[in-house]
This record gives sequence, C-alpha cells and structure tokens, in this order.
Amino acid sequence: MSENGNIIELADIYKSFGSQQVLKGINLGIPKGQTTVIIGRSGGGKSVMLKHMIGLIKPDQGQVMVDGEDIVRMGDHQLNEVRRRFGMLFQEAALFDSMTVMDNVAFPLREHTNLSEKQVREKVSEKLAMVGLPGVEHKMPSELSGGMRKRVGLARAIALEPEIILYDEPTTGLDPPLSAAINRLIADTQEKLGVTSVVISHDIEGAYLVGQNIAMLYQGKIIAQGTPDQIRDSSDEVVQQFIHGRPEGPIEVI
Amino acid sequence: MGFMRPMEYVGGKFLRWLDEAGELLLLFLQSVLWLLRPPFRFSLVMKQMEFVGIGSLGVTVLTGAFTGGVFALQSYHGFSLFGAESLVGSTVALALTRELGPVLTSLMVTGRAGSAMAAELGTMRVTEQVDALYVMAVNPVQYLVVPRIIASVAMLPVLTVIADFVGIVGAYVVGVGLLGINHGIFISKIIEYMDFSDISMGLVKAAFFGLILSLVGCFKGFYTSGGAEGVGRATTRAVVLGSVLILASDYVLTAIMF
Repeated sequence: MSENGNIIELADIYKSFGSQQVLKGINLGIPKGQTTVIIGRSGGGKSVMLKHMIGLIKPDQGQVMVDGEDIVRMGDHQLNEVRRRFGMLFQEAALFDSMTVMDNVAFPLREHTNLSEKQVREKVSEKLAMVGLPGVEHKMPSELSGGMRKRVGLARAIALEPEIILYDEPTTGLDPPLSAAINRLIADTQEKLGVTSVVISHDIEGAYLVGQNIAMLYQGKIIAQGTPDQIRDSSDEVVQQFIHGRPEGPIEVI
Repeated sequence: MGFMRPMEYVGGKFLRWLDEAGELLLLFLQSVLWLLRPPFRFSLVMKQMEFVGIGSLGVTVLTGAFTGGVFALQSYHGFSLFGAESLVGSTVALALTRELGPVLTSLMVTGRAGSAMAAELGTMRVTEQVDALYVMAVNPVQYLVVPRIIASVAMLPVLTVIADFVGIVGAYVVGVGLLGINHGIFISKIIEYMDFSDISMGLVKAAFFGLILSLVGCFKGFYTSGGAEGVGRATTRAVVLGSVLILASDYVLTAIMF
C-alpha cells in the first residue's frame, strides 16, 4: 500500500478505442477499506476505468498501481496472483450460462482452493444466504430474474473473500426496492468483510448511501472527488447538474 | 490517381488478411503454451469430445453412406462403358479413405461443431463471461480453447474411420445389392488396391482438419465484438473460413503425403 492509504492508484491513464479517446489522463486513488463510488454519464468510460483496475484493459499510457505494484507491466502469472485478491460483479452478472448457480458460485473455490466438495457446497450455500438467495443452487442462470442474477454474481464475487470488490453498475435496471436491497448488500459486505469496494453507478442516491468516497468522471477525467457531503456541496457546475439531474447546464445532453 | 484505388483496395484487403492470419497463429501458439501448463482439464476435454464426436455421429454416418452410395452409382456408369465394373469397390474405397472421408466429415463437423464453438465463445465474449474468467484468474484460452482443440483433433480421425467404413458399406449396398457386381470381386479388389497407408494418411489429414476447424471456430468466437449481430457474424465466418482452409490445406497435405 502506498503511504497515502490508497490500495489502488490510477496514475495518468490514457485510453483510446480506434479514434475515440475515452480516458484522458485519469488520476484516482482508491482508499483501502472504504467504498468508493464512481459516478458519471452513461457511456462515459466508467466501466473502462474499472476494467483497468483489474487488468482486463491495458492503458495506452499510465500506471495502475495495486498495493504499490504496477499491474500494467505484469506477466500473466503475476497478474493472476493479484487478481485473486479481487472479486468483480459484472454489469449483467456474467454468470456462466452453461452451469448451475451452484457451479457458478463454486467456480472460484474449485479453481483456487483445496476445499473438499462438501466444504465447497457449504461455502456456496453460505454466500447465497448472504445475498438473500438461499436454496437456488440447482437453478440455471436463465431461470433467474435480472436482480437474482446480480445477487448470484455478487455471491460468486465474494466466494473467495476478496480484499477488493469491483461493482460494475450493480443497480442499473433494477426496481427501486431491489436497488436499495443491493445497495444495502454492498454496504453490509463492506462492513462485514472489511473490504475495499469500488462501485460504478449513476444512481446518485445510492452513491450517497454506500460511498464513503465519491468520484465523478466527466469527459475522460476525474473532475471531483470527496466525501458525499463534499460532493453535495461542490461548486462545480457539472457536478451540480449531474447530481440534481438537471437537463440544462454545461453537460450537453443531446 | 484513380488507378491507385484498386491497388489500395487489394493492398488493404491483403493487410487485413495478414493481420487475421497473424492473430490466428498467435491463438494457436497460446493454445500450445497453455496445453503444456497445469492443470489439465480432463472433464472439459471429455465434454467436448462428447459434443464433437458423439454429437456428430449422425451426420457423419449419413454423409458417409450417401457419398459411398452415389459414388458407386456414378463410377459404375462410367466403368461399365469399358467393362471395368469390378473396380467400382476399390475406386470408391480409395477415394473415400484418401479424400472424401476426411474432407467431407471435416466440412460437416465444421458446420455443426465449429459454428457452435464460435457461437458459444462469441456469446461468452459479448456477455463478459470471458472477462469473468480472466477476473477469476483462470485463463480463457486454457479453459475454453484448449479442450475444444484437443477434442477435435482426437475425434475427427475417429469420425473419419466411421465415415470411411459406412461409405464402403454404402458403395457395397449400391454396387453389389442394386447393380449386381459380384460380391467376391468387389471385396477382393478393395483389398488388392488399398494399402493401410491410404487409411492412415487420411486420418492424419482428419486430425489436421480437426485442428483447423476448432482453432478457427474458437478464434472467431473469442474475438467477437458487437453483440448478437457480432455473434452471428462470427459464426458464419467461422464456417466459411474453416471450410476454405480445410479445402486449401487438403491440397497441400495431399501433395506432401502421397
């Protein structure tokens, strides 16, 4: 960990896809043991930024430091060691659709631990109970609703009890009560397991609820970062327009 | 400058082709590399063998039977012009074991299993399941590509043997059963003219075609982008590229081996 208490640090990250520059010099620190919510417009590169943190996308330029080591320049083997410390919940959960819920959640356990089959099953049931879905072990992902899939995805992400959990839009497309339930789950997970969480969202109320830290991405840069109160009181017009959801202002909507 | 346009077009096409050939080769090298690293995923290989092998049994038998039958019918009409009906059996057997068995079987399996590989891996790519493997520190080339290649390389020769055999039976049914060629002559000419090497070379080809169809199917699927439409495109291209490569490499392999 670096001296300032950040477990992940993005330093001067640039990334283009074809002629489109998505990230234009990102500098962002993720404090250890806290939940950081990244807000910003749809399609504004939040997912791309999140995927940099776990080496799914490599930057054109810049450093991604995890615990003081640059993962951009790591080989496969070293990178896999780092990835074992992470869990990630994907936008559409990314469950393996050829496997049952049990096999999905058990996947990381079977790959990376020497637990017996009985212990694996116990652990899977425990994680499913944690996300409020006991007894769905034998269902296929296609039999589940979107919200249930996300919760199974979360159970899979926390199966190995990771130090860092990345959430890619955990509440997008869910109804309000379910969004609130997922937000509580994120907060609970953070409290119970003491993990570092990075949450991508454009649900601003949820961000205030789960985040100790909020950062706003706009036009390829982090334009504001601080506690929920600091963000709420920000003098930046872009931030104000975004958090109050106003159609007029510096953000061009159409 | 107008005349530069066609050059530009051809050059651009050629560069894209080179690019793709390079990527395909890279995926092959990665697969070899990951094949040598533990863990060996035995159950995944078995699952793919079942899919590629057992699953393709039906089309293989049908392809073999009808090819053998129609080939006997056609060559009988030709050969009877100069009284060489006795050679129908050996002609069909040689053509089947050396060429038609491996090539037609591989083309059918490309259409059935190669396309399915592209569709499955493509769907996994666009729904971030491939990314999920990376995140869980499991290499998707090892987990998804290697078992499919091993299974195809192992099963294609088996399917080809079946197609060869069924094809000869089909030729026998048509030649001896329908056209009245003498049973003893039909069999003895096959034994007289066919060497073991005709079969074994055909099987080497089949294994090679198995490599091509699985590698191309996985390649197209693995690098899919653009949602459902992208998956459809990947599937079509896997079948087209796989088939073309099988036919082209068949010529090269034949020139080298026989």
